[in-house]
Amino acid sequence: MSTGTETGLPPYAGYATGEAIADAAAPEGPIAERWDKRRFEAKLVNPANRRKHTVIVVGTGLAGGAAGATLAEQGYRVVQFCYQDSPRRAHSIAAQGGINAAKNYRNDGDSIHRLFYDTVKGGDFRARESNVHRLAQVSVEIIDQCVAQGVPFAREYGGLLDTRSFGGVQVSRTFYARGQTGQQLLLGAYQALSRQIAAGNVEMHPRTEMLDLVVVDGRARGIVARDLVTGKIGTYTADAVVLATGGYGNVFYLSTNAMNSNATAVWRAHRRGAYFANPCFTQIHPTCIPRTGDHQSKLTLMSESLRNDGRIWVPRAQGDDRPAAEIPEEERDYYLERVYPSFGNLVPRDIASRAAKNVCDEGRGVGPGGQGVYLDFADAIRRMGRTKVEEKYGNLFDMYERITAENPYEVPMRIYPAVHYTMGGLWVDYDLQTTVPGLFAIGEANFSDHGANRLGASALMQGLADGYFVLPSTINDYLARNPGAGAVAEDHLAVREAVGRTEDRLARLLAVDGDRTPDSFHREVGELMWEFCGMARTEDGLREALDRIPRIREEFWQRIKVPGTGEEFNQSLEKANRIVDYLELAELMCLDALHRAESCGGHFREESQTPDGEAARRDEEFGYAAAWEFTGTGAAPVLHKEDLVFEYVHPTQRSYA
Amino acid sequence: MRLTLRVWRQRDAGAPGAMTTYEVDGISADMSFLEMLDTLNERLILDGEDPVAFDHDCREGICGACSLVINGDAHGPERTTTCQLHMRSFADGDTIDIEPWRAAAFPVVKDLVVDRSSFDRIIQSGGYISVPTGSAPEAHATPVPKADADHAFENAECIGCGACVAACPNGSAMLFTAAKVNHLNVLPQGAPERESRVLDMVATMDAEGFGGCTLAGECATACPKGIPLPSIAAMNKEWLRATRKGRRS
Repeated sequence: MSTGTETGLPPYAGYATGEAIADAAAPEGPIAERWDKRRFEAKLVNPANRRKHTVIVVGTGLAGGAAGATLAEQGYRVVQFCYQDSPRRAHSIAAQGGINAAKNYRNDGDSIHRLFYDTVKGGDFRARESNVHRLAQVSVEIIDQCVAQGVPFAREYGGLLDTRSFGGVQVSRTFYARGQTGQQLLLGAYQALSRQIAAGNVEMHPRTEMLDLVVVDGRARGIVARDLVTGKIGTYTADAVVLATGGYGNVFYLSTNAMNSNATAVWRAHRRGAYFANPCFTQIHPTCIPRTGDHQSKLTLMSESLRNDGRIWVPRAQGDDRPAAEIPEEERDYYLERVYPSFGNLVPRDIASRAAKNVCDEGRGVGPGGQGVYLDFADAIRRMGRTKVEEKYGNLFDMYERITAENPYEVPMRIYPAVHYTMGGLWVDYDLQTTVPGLFAIGEANFSDHGANRLGASALMQGLADGYFVLPSTINDYLARNPGAGAVAEDHLAVREAVGRTEDRLARLLAVDGDRTPDSFHREVGELMWEFCGMARTEDGLREALDRIPRIREEFWQRIKVPGTGEEFNQSLEKANRIVDYLELAELMCLDALHRAESCGGHFREESQTPDGEAARRDEEFGYAAAWEFTGTGAAPVLHKEDLVFEYVHPTQRSYA
Repeated sequence: MRLTLRVWRQRDAGAPGAMTTYEVDGISADMSFLEMLDTLNERLILDGEDPVAFDHDCREGICGACSLVINGDAHGPERTTTCQLHMRSFADGDTIDIEPWRAAAFPVVKDLVVDRSSFDRIIQSGGYISVPTGSAPEAHATPVPKADADHAFENAECIGCGACVAACPNGSAMLFTAAKVNHLNVLPQGAPERESRVLDMVATMDAEGFGGCTLAGECATACPKGIPLPSIAAMNKEWLRATRKGRRS
């Protein structure tokens, strides 16, 4: 082990570097053949024996819902959990814009290879080629599957599927269902899951939250979960555990995530041995509705499909507070079209977000507090007519008007970036297995496919790819190689320890009886993260955050106030318990951001930029995925590097000019 | 603004409930209704009282979790979900009554939280197309006329919040059930299970204790997604057709 100084950082004692990590499951050979090869080489479980295997799936979003349904169809016994009152409500439901697939229905030059290329490039060369290529291959099957399920995608008059283009690409490959694509895809998965619940193949536990992972003899064998209605702590054992629990964007308090989306499942898994990869890779979405005040509890995203037809601008002059309509054309700065003439308003999310921050920092922002830029549809309405605009974006316009009380058909929308998605997550190999054997992570919960930046309409694609097609194939191999592991007894030492830890922690939270609410701590750590680990990061800022987070943690354990008991429906206890994990995860995010002294994708280090202010990657030093090993709360984690090899897409500095 | 809230408090499913009065001050017109309740709860926690329990999640009007009867109306005075209702719809000094969905098939869990699992069981009884992963034909193999696709989408927009049931004088789930039946039955992909779907879903709906439909129309008025009342007529037609024709699967 050595200290982290070889990365070119000033001496930093906060972590140690351990052995490199490699993706042992990845097949070799021509990239287009690797997925077939892996599926052929994977061992299969005899259909007659599948009933004997139990798989736990945590989460019922696109990845979890699809995986639960598919594993049950294959004959496995599935035990599934969600914290919501119904598996139909997971936050995938809020995805608006669409889902990518390399169908090339437009005959516009799209192909699996182009989707693969765009995704690797869009991810700023921090994703694995093999995984991304598989994602592009599977994308085609996803659309077929969803159409067969009755997902009402937008269609043209001839009855065929409509597509549109999205940020960061020059082909039209995004399938959509008005502005509610996530909802329709999720309901498709939910309905498939419902069918399996009715058939008795899935045992569904709604309003039940995973609070710990049970590891027996080095393998994931179950979970500890709390019934959110009765407060009862239960243990559930299985042959394998699949986490489909989404991202950790809520560490920022204000984000576009659902209020209850949380990082507890992945963080507990991390504490039990699963490495956490690239935690600093977070995506700030450029088109969200600006905040209105301190009461703000969450931020609302407007689909970036709006950037297809809306034009982004701010006044040329600082402090120009005239209403938009009174600012003449020549006094407007369509800054994305000016700086990036070939991609214009369709540059990738990270670039669009940072550009918005820059113009606001220059004092040219609009709306309350100058924290906003215009997204203007006047030209689109002139060109296409209001009816067509309404057809394409009607529900988004309605949503905007409902929240802001402004009519976007008449005055331009105001938008500002907000935390939206986390590319980082649990480290997984090609089989989507974490470093804990038998523990798999799918969808946003893993780190594998988007590198340092995710392209629009790719989250839905990855969630469904993992859930419907990838995991159900790869998990066979694990289950086949670990047959008859035998049931884990309820009173097994590992089970009792996991339950004991959970009960202790909840009891401690209830016992403090301090003078600050859970939300007040969440807000505090969230604001700190937004300031120092948000759109632009600096060494000084990150060091300050790393200094302050442990102090917030200490104060938390002295002053938290959780009313009520653990043996009842107690939403304050749920919140407080999630914040404990945010307070540890936030520290790892800042450390990861500090150690990665380069700019790439969503991670922008001010020290690493080109003379004209663009992100400067440092491939020689940082061309790896950073997988962190937990060693204890507040203790130095160990960094394991997975070197990224690019055989097909040669790393170049991204250019969208 | 300053408001008087009268909130339904009920410890758990078995306990009796009652309306409790709270005063809240410093409420901004830009707050959502749930942010107003957050403000109340922050104070209750610090006062050592039990905060008001309510279901909520996405807070952008799509997950269907939030579920409050506000001044007698499901989701309150605007046609939207509670999370998208803003305080600008109220005036300083108003008294606001806040209650849970009230229906026999939605028992109260705590305070404003109800159990809507009966909706899940209706879907489980037929609200799907049986197509195991991997068995799908090429997506363009079956063109769907745009009008049919749009009609399916209009019904598929249902978020399963239950406002239709809460608003109905009979506590009926006809609009919810009709939305799913129509979404799937209008599509060619849904045709093979067309009869069994409507028969089974309606039977489950009745068995779960939802009331009958007398076409009062309150459901469609309360629906935040605008599922239209004629959806119910369309489902009745499907049901009659299936009853005559008999099930094919």
